[in-house]
Amino acid sequence: MPVAPLSDRPPVMELAGINKTFAGGIVALDGMSMAVNAGDFISLLGPSGCGKSTALRIMAGLTQPTAGRIDWHGGQRAGDLGVVFQEPTLMPWATVADNVWLPFRLRGKSYGEVRDDVLEALRLVGLEKFQTAYPRELSGGMKMRVSIARAMVTHPRLILMDEPFAALDEITRFKLNNDLLALKAKIGCTVVFVTHSVFESVFLSDRIVVMAARPGRVVRELEVDAPYPRDDAFRTSAGYAAHCREASDALHAAMEAAA
Amino acid sequence: MSLVERITGQAAPGAGAIDADEARRQSRARMERIARWVLPVVMLLATLWLWDRIVAWNEIPHYILPGPGRVWDSLTGDWAMLWDAALLTARITLMALVLAVLGGAGLAILFNQSKMLELSLYPYAVILQVTPVVSIAPLIFIYVESKTAGMLLCAWIVAFFPVLSSTTLGLNSVDHNLRDLFRIYGASRWQKLWFLQLPSALPYFLGGLKIAGGLSLIGAVVAELVAGTGGVGAGLAARIQEAGYRLNIARMFAALSMIAAMGVFIFAALSLLSHLLLRKWHESALKRES
Ligand SMILES: Nc1ncnc2c1ncn2[C@@H]1O[C@H](COP(=O)(O)OP(=O)(O)O)[C@@H](O)[C@H]1O
Ligand SMILES: [Mg+2]
Repeated sequence: MPVAPLSDRPPVMELAGINKTFAGGIVALDGMSMAVNAGDFISLLGPSGCGKSTALRIMAGLTQPTAGRIDWHGGQRAGDLGVVFQEPTLMPWATVADNVWLPFRLRGKSYGEVRDDVLEALRLVGLEKFQTAYPRELSGGMKMRVSIARAMVTHPRLILMDEPFAALDEITRFKLNNDLLALKAKIGCTVVFVTHSVFESVFLSDRIVVMAARPGRVVRELEVDAPYPRDDAFRTSAGYAAHCREASDALHAAMEAAA
Repeated sequence: MSLVERITGQAAPGAGAIDADEARRQSRARMERIARWVLPVVMLLATLWLWDRIVAWNEIPHYILPGPGRVWDSLTGDWAMLWDAALLTARITLMALVLAVLGGAGLAILFNQSKMLELSLYPYAVILQVTPVVSIAPLIFIYVESKTAGMLLCAWIVAFFPVLSSTTLGLNSVDHNLRDLFRIYGASRWQKLWFLQLPSALPYFLGGLKIAGGLSLIGAVVAELVAGTGGVGAGLAARIQEAGYRLNIARMFAALSMIAAMGVFIFAALSLLSHLLLRKWHESALKRES
């Protein structure tokens, strides 16, 4: 599915002046604003503790902001989101197919009704042969693929990912990065991706939101104008290196400002 | 064979060739598998033989300590009576176990749905549990007219708590990310209970069930001893007591061995059930595949 240029994508969701203060007085986010447009692949990049997960939880409706607004264009329906956590978060008692069925099941859809969607999602992440396997039989990377299949099976308007590949080895991570982009190109989803890796954020996203800690806030937004599809050749290109340097500088500036 | 091998049809490279260290490990594992059965049997036979010899060498009279042969004779000779007694004890035990499961798991679910109810009642469940049943039983038989009902109540009081506490723990130990996921998908309270909490609690529940199985037998035995034999006929514990009055020590041992066998059977059956329910997914049922 071709994606419109950054400038004329319809808006999906907007955070405006979000503040989140936890009981105990920790200010996790202060005055955070950002917009998500349809087809975006946005990375939230920042050091640990800068409020990336908190921002994601606010987008997911799991945490209420202390101040500020979150606007969904065209209204927001419960469950119209896909989420991938750092752990695969699969139900160990359910097979791979049943795990991917879950979002449908909670909407009252029988397996028969959505079987094709479930199998298609598994095919897209390369696990169609594993539909009857149990999570414990799979490797860490394969579990993560199941988790991604579950997040996208309903074609949600927005997929949130919180450092999904941080616990995987580098080879698996690169592979999953490539596959995630291929997947996004195929189904044209909108993704907000949390990471603390400069390289990962540059490789994946068309926009990078750089955040700083204490209090958590947005310090810069960068555009990565390299066209998709991106593959391993992009990782060794001059453009990639330049974007990495830019993002890395922004991150360091942010961390020095915070320190 | 690992799953990946099953599906890709590829065996690990170098399959078949085993180094000395692996061979040693394998033969040790094989030895252990055999010893697990053989050693307890040898131990039992040796004990019986020693018992028999001690009785013979010291010419101990049978009304003090009968030899294993006499116990065996009593077991076969009184089989009809002992079997009836065993059925009675087994009936009370199983009914109490079923009630303990329904009551324990039911209360756990209820407590899980209403924190206020849990706060109000849980302390009393604990009190009921820590008060020795032998001391409650005589009161029960004063107020409960039916002997069967009284015995059931005794056994239930002993057995329900492990089910309650382990199921409560299980219902509360849901992975927090999965809980968040259910919230994001807008799951109802019942969907959360049915699709998330109950499966999460299953291993805990089964652990409690294994303990409850043994306890319901203990409860049934205590109840029989307190209730006496009138009315509903005598179970194994009542037979032991009665044989004791008559100095029929051989029958006491025979009945005792049947109670022990019953306890072992209950534990084995519940372990098997637990294994069957969990073997596909739970870590406790996981064998190392390498
Ligand atoms: N539930 C909570 N209660 C109190 N403090 C929290 C809570 N969640 C996060 N925090 C604090 O908020 C800050 C931001 O956390 P988080 O959003 O997890 O950062 P990140 O994901 O970028 O590492 C941290 O200082 C963290 O300790
Ligand atoms: Mg985080």
